[in-house]
Amino acid sequence: MLLTDSDLQAIWLTVRLAGSVTLILLLVGTPIAWWLVRSKAWWKGPIGAVVALPLVLPPSVIGFYLLLAMGPNGPVGQLTQALGIGPLPFTFWGLVMASVFYSLPFMVQPLQTAFEAIGERPLEVAATLRASPLDAFFTVAVPLARPGFLTACILTFAHTVGEFGVVLMIGGNIPGVTRVASVQIYDHVEAMEYMDAHRLSAVMLIFSFLVLLALYAWRPSPKKGE
Amino acid sequence: MSGIQARFRLDWPGFSLDVDLRLPARGVSALFGHSGSGKTTLLRCIAGLERAPQGRLTVNGDVWQDDGHWLPTHQRALGYVFQEASLFPHLTVMGNLRYGMRRTSEAQRVSLDQAIELLGIGHLLERKPDRLSGGERQRVSMARALALSPRLLLMDEPLAALDLKRKQEILPYLERLHCELDIPVLYVSHAPDEVARLADHIVVMEAGRAVATGPLSDTLARLDLPIQLGEDAGVVLDAVVAERDATWHLARVEFPGGSLWVRDGGQPQGHPVRVRILARDVSIALEHVSGTSIQNCLPATVEQLAGDHHPALSLLRLKVGQLPLLARLTQRSAVGLGLAPGMAVWVQIKAVALIG
Repeated sequence: MLLTDSDLQAIWLTVRLAGSVTLILLLVGTPIAWWLVRSKAWWKGPIGAVVALPLVLPPSVIGFYLLLAMGPNGPVGQLTQALGIGPLPFTFWGLVMASVFYSLPFMVQPLQTAFEAIGERPLEVAATLRASPLDAFFTVAVPLARPGFLTACILTFAHTVGEFGVVLMIGGNIPGVTRVASVQIYDHVEAMEYMDAHRLSAVMLIFSFLVLLALYAWRPSPKKGE
Repeated sequence: MSGIQARFRLDWPGFSLDVDLRLPARGVSALFGHSGSGKTTLLRCIAGLERAPQGRLTVNGDVWQDDGHWLPTHQRALGYVFQEASLFPHLTVMGNLRYGMRRTSEAQRVSLDQAIELLGIGHLLERKPDRLSGGERQRVSMARALALSPRLLLMDEPLAALDLKRKQEILPYLERLHCELDIPVLYVSHAPDEVARLADHIVVMEAGRAVATGPLSDTLARLDLPIQLGEDAGVVLDAVVAERDATWHLARVEFPGGSLWVRDGGQPQGHPVRVRILARDVSIALEHVSGTSIQNCLPATVEQLAGDHHPALSLLRLKVGQLPLLARLTQRSAVGLGLAPGMAVWVQIKAVALIG
């Protein structure tokens, strides 16, 4: 089975995109999830709902709003232009930014569940053992939530690989810049290149299956002892 | 200013805490009361795990809380033992012990070996918590708190989650702590036998208030507010094994102002022991009686008389040497003997329990 150069380029771009998004979301999503679990503020509910929005909104709706925001007249667009970066739509980093929003719940929600499962007690114990809250977060909460981090990263990566609508709205279809695997398949079908579409689709299918297999295989065994 | 001064006010829906306590700088102070009496909440306020907006707390002169000043838990020089051992499951026993120790200053590190030795956990160091029994876990969690060289040790019902057998396994270690530590220990418990065995000082909690506080034996001998440890009123005395009689398997234990014969518990001469004398096991005679099966007769002075839970009964507070003693007798005997404060009498003690 041979993939064309443009297929390989699309796959590589997809991996780069999903990798960047996962890394960024790990840094952004972790504090959000932690805050959602620990905070007692009344606006925790609304924030939680906003984080979960991409789960239910059509990707085209998210893409449309993000396009407006990042466009030359949108707030994000004006900021990036003022910083000399230029407008983000139809660039790789524009795509990364859009995907960060789109995949946010896939990082935040598993982490939120994992942090909730830890409960208050281990952190209280850490405090009585002289650990500051930040210290306790890194030395107690993160190790105890490790299975949650694994699940969150796998889901985020896989979900970013599978996105299509947001990519079309924000990134368009520029080879090597924004043409990811899902868009490449769409192109193949549009051009009636069914064999090429088959090959790439098979790769995606196998990848998705392996990801889910890994997810279920790594599922942590039921907690023993305490 | 040594010792602990704690004043807290806390208002929650359905519960309020209002205490103002002074506790000694050494020894075990038991916070005793039913569940819901606020003893754990008080302990958590002292640890800084709960924040009572109005409060003041000083520990051996260090101010931990005052108006506008509140030291977070991790900056308080305390050790805390939770009801469930709460070991970190991702660390070995040694990792758990080191966790807190690493975060305290260099000068205090000798205490780790002492803590391991004191609680007998040297053979468990490489294990993960899920490979330990409940009793072993609780011992590790005590060692973990001690390894910090705390200036105050807080224990929240450390035995409550364990079955009787595990309790019996841990109590001797607690008694060793009691003998060897020279820091104040606050011990929350609702179990009378633990308090009788371990406490030097008692704070009786009820509905968020401290209804009685003082040295254990004095407080137990109060007539205005009879505090029962278990099934009956009685006192607890600290004594020392003075003599052992191999023929009759008895031991003579001495306390300031007298001595008692008790069943030999195996403790060597000079060993400190605790004995418990229930009010119902003490009877009164005006003169020294001979020809009785009762082994322990001591001269005593009547201090105070009071009614008891039934109108037929009265409770009598006496002094044997410096130590208080309670006796229960019928009103008729009390009147018949003409008992009055200041009178010299003899007490006959039918049963003395050695409680470790």
